Amino acid sequence: MVRLLAALVGIFFSGMLLYSFGSGAVAYISEPPVPTVEHEFHEHPRQIAWSFDGPLGHYDKQQLQRGFQVYKEVCSACHSLRLVAFRDLKDLGYNEAEVKAIAKNWAIKAPDIDPKTGEPSTRAPVPADHFPLPFANNVAAQAANNNAIPPDLSLMTKSRHDGSNYVHSLLTGFGPQPKKLLEEFPDAKTPNGLHYNRYFANLNLAMAPPLTAEGQVTYGPGQPKPTVDQMAQDVSAFLTWTAEPKLENRKSAGIAVVFFLLVATVLAYLSYQTIWADKKH
Amino acid sequence: MSFPWAEQYTPVNPLMKWVDDRLPLPRFVYNAVGAGYAVPRNLNYWWNFGVLSGFALVLQLVTGIILAMHYGANAGVAFDSVEHIMRDVNGGWLLRYAHANGASFFFIVVYIHIFRGLFFGSYKAPREMVWLLGLVIFLLMMATAFMGYVLPWGQMSFWGAKVITGLFGAIPVVGEPIQTWLLGGFAPGNAALNRFFSLHYLLPFVIAAVVILHIWALHIPGSSNPTGVDVKGPQDTVPFHPYYTAKDGFGLGVFLIIYALVLFFGPNMLGHPDNYIPANPMSTPAHIVPEWYFWPFYAILRAFTFDFFFVPAKLLGVLAMFASILLLFVLPWLDTSPVRSGRYRPLFRKFFYLLLVDVAILGYCGGAPAAEPYVMISQIAAAYYFAHFLIILPIVSKIERPLPLPNSITEAVLGHEPAAVAAE
Repeated sequence: MVRLLAALVGIFFSGMLLYSFGSGAVAYISEPPVPTVEHEFHEHPRQIAWSFDGPLGHYDKQQLQRGFQVYKEVCSACHSLRLVAFRDLKDLGYNEAEVKAIAKNWAIKAPDIDPKTGEPSTRAPVPADHFPLPFANNVAAQAANNNAIPPDLSLMTKSRHDGSNYVHSLLTGFGPQPKKLLEEFPDAKTPNGLHYNRYFANLNLAMAPPLTAEGQVTYGPGQPKPTVDQMAQDVSAFLTWTAEPKLENRKSAGIAVVFFLLVATVLAYLSYQTIWADKKH
Repeated sequence: MSFPWAEQYTPVNPLMKWVDDRLPLPRFVYNAVGAGYAVPRNLNYWWNFGVLSGFALVLQLVTGIILAMHYGANAGVAFDSVEHIMRDVNGGWLLRYAHANGASFFFIVVYIHIFRGLFFGSYKAPREMVWLLGLVIFLLMMATAFMGYVLPWGQMSFWGAKVITGLFGAIPVVGEPIQTWLLGGFAPGNAALNRFFSLHYLLPFVIAAVVILHIWALHIPGSSNPTGVDVKGPQDTVPFHPYYTAKDGFGLGVFLIIYALVLFFGPNMLGHPDNYIPANPMSTPAHIVPEWYFWPFYAILRAFTFDFFFVPAKLLGVLAMFASILLLFVLPWLDTSPVRSGRYRPLFRKFFYLLLVDVAILGYCGGAPAAEPYVMISQIAAAYYFAHFLIILPIVSKIERPLPLPNSITEAVLGHEPAAVAAE
């Protein structure tokens, strides 16, 4: 009885599935899926050799500082970094006094309450503060940015596939639409107010190219030339740090743990062999 | 319990004797996982995965309880509290990555454990109850893992919760009220997050309780073994401790190495980047996918594209998805072959390997976008999945001519050397 019922259920489900497959296959052959412009022209990020790649990877503090400078002078006008506090910048190699100065001189003030009147007011941030938001709310952000909300960057490199490479590619991937695209997909012309970027999922990005000219940010002495590509790499490295500040702790702990486990496992194997020595199995 | 020749507990320490006379807990542990449990001597490495599953459960309990001390189960703060754990709690990044990847590894070892049972016929008499309780654990694990994935309140948390509770919405007439009742609202929100957290904390303890029943039921007939031949005498078994504690110790080491490699060097490899974007009910992700361990079932859910008279395709998909797991509950009565182990079942073995490939294909399709050709591939694969268990297995067990079985476990181990067998 069980087997009869099971066979009937099996014939029903398998039959429905094969029927669905059949009609799907007919539809697929009679009307092959139309290629989309995203499918044809979207590109995967270019691969960069980062200092933090691999099991022994670590952050290049000079690069993180340069990246922070790019964030501060370019990105921070629109993009928040709400999960990161000024005090965290000590990881980049700044000392206590430098962090204090960075916080104090930050262009955006921290929200506060006037202690006398209770009215909302602002003050200079202190190291314990997170980076203040550039816009009071999403409505203000949309109003100032052609209806698009600039996303928070704290976790950007972890919230995209291949994030560090993606941010670098995106920042350097602006350009005119390829002629071939306009020939094949005349309807896909980038609308006014958007910007073509071959690394962006739907190819048209609300953000204007933020890094446009060499020397847009002035790097200190002894640093590489601030080309657009260099600045993009540096800020991508910085945003990798903001997303994964404990990366170095994680990798160094991992080396120690795996080493310990290898030794322990060899010992466990030897004791297993010793205990079983008298038993064939 | 177990075999008459199993070693008896004799307390050495007077304190243990005092305890044992009043509450035989030491005796209970000794008989469960100590020298008092006689186990076939020929278990291979596939038998390590039961202990590894138990270890994974304990790992999840310990990391989870500590994470709960720092987590805020409120839609307003959940996402940020997880980031607080990652950034500001001492060792928080380790705890959270250990827990998130621990879930994946729990499923890896449990899937291997299940497929071991399928190959070696561990679901057959007299171990049906072990199998059934194992399936209950599996269902509880799925519920727990699903609710755990909602807690970080990222985009995939939110939309995953919406899609999965939406499955209940496919039930005719009462579906939508049930969905609203489950969520405590029309969409996932604070009410849903809070109850998911509460249940996510509760269910692992229910799992632990069913694990005890699972092991209890196992200890009635004793462990099966790769030959599937019953234990005939003392020469066929060894005491669990120290023989299998030592072997499991080695297996645990190998497991931990692989786990540590992922945990420390690719902790986000098995996750989805969208879950690092805070939940936003106004923006639907391009592809909503569950965690990888649900992909085979997700593929079955999406494989139904045609209505059957008045039954909509969506409902068919939901029914098939649940059926794909529930059918395992009747497996002991579908496979009627008296031979347990796949080693001696040449025809069964071919279909078993086909099933392995089939489930892998289903998994791949479940993680892929719901577009052609993945839907067509998953339709074929899902059709085979049902046919395998419900049609092919019963027929195979009827028509197959199994290979000759060894006379005993000891003979299988030592070969046909009468002198050696007699000497043991």
